[in-house]
Amino acid sequence: MALINYATKEINVKIVYYGPGLGGKTTNLRWIYGKLDQSAKGKMITLATEMDRTLFFDFLPVDLGTVRGFQTRFHLYTVPGQVFYNASRRIILRGADGIIFVADSQRERREDNADSLANLKENLATFNLKLTDSPYVIQYNKRDLPNLMTVSEMEAFLNPNQVPYFEAVATQGIGVFETLKQVAKMVIRKF
Amino acid sequence: MLIDRIKLFESGFQSIKENIDKLLQQSDAKAVLLVDRDGNLITNAGETEKIDLEGFATLASADFAATSQLAELIGETQFRTLYHQGERDHLYFQVLTRNIIIAVIFDQRTTLGLVRVRVKHAAETLSKILEDIFGNQQQPSPEEEAGLEDISKDIEDELDRLFG
Repeated sequence: MALINYATKEINVKIVYYGPGLGGKTTNLRWIYGKLDQSAKGKMITLATEMDRTLFFDFLPVDLGTVRGFQTRFHLYTVPGQVFYNASRRIILRGADGIIFVADSQRERREDNADSLANLKENLATFNLKLTDSPYVIQYNKRDLPNLMTVSEMEAFLNPNQVPYFEAVATQGIGVFETLKQVAKMVIRKF
Repeated sequence: MLIDRIKLFESGFQSIKENIDKLLQQSDAKAVLLVDRDGNLITNAGETEKIDLEGFATLASADFAATSQLAELIGETQFRTLYHQGERDHLYFQVLTRNIIIAVIFDQRTTLGLVRVRVKHAAETLSKILEDIFGNQQQPSPEEEAGLEDISKDIEDELDRLFG
């Protein structure tokens, strides 16, 4: 939930990266962390297993600086994609102002994408929310790999509401900032 | 639909800040922080210069959220307090109304017992203040409102500058 503190002149906004395990959510955050100037980022926190799989969440604060006297920050979170970590996903999803769904474009991950999207809707429903209530974009990641689904195929089964989407190769930074910028703007336009 | 948000204004914020400062003083703690359930830092007092405050606030709220799930598993609705004992510094958390959390960092200058008593007392006062703030749907003053007018466009410009 966004926090607007008029007394201390601060605005905080929460963006959550959702999607199937090994889809590239943490890679998005790592790319952003690696590319931003020191002044525009805080410490990245990763709660991962020994195998470097997200256990609870990753967190990266992005500082936009002072806008009209308000210190403006975007708090970026990833959820753990593995199916059995649903309690963690629900905790992190709560209070999200904007959502990025990172889909894996490989054909063999089709069902994983569909399951994760269904899980996102179910978890939002526990907060009495629908996906259409939130600023929401989709990222079709791993566009550099073989055996890809076409974008039109992915659109057909993952994006019935025609929200903005981006093709990405998060390991190379392709589409990473574009995706984040789009959802951030959608959130801000609702202020 | 407008996004849900917490708004804090000058008058309410000052009451919160005064009570946090008072708690710091009366408990002899190193630092006191007030954090909302989504990991936003509302205010802090004491020796916080060496702490990554955003990280602390995020992890404190996540800690509470995770233990709330544990509580549910054993048939409780929520654990109201949490205590983490370190070698030198310790943490004591208490949840207030609307899942806002007081986090106290303390060392050998005080005791867990004193911290616990002082936090309990402060929690009652702070919960009333927070209910006043969130229950009454406070509105910004004209000056405060003017500060945010059309800010979306300026933030979008900053996003373009930062992300290209």
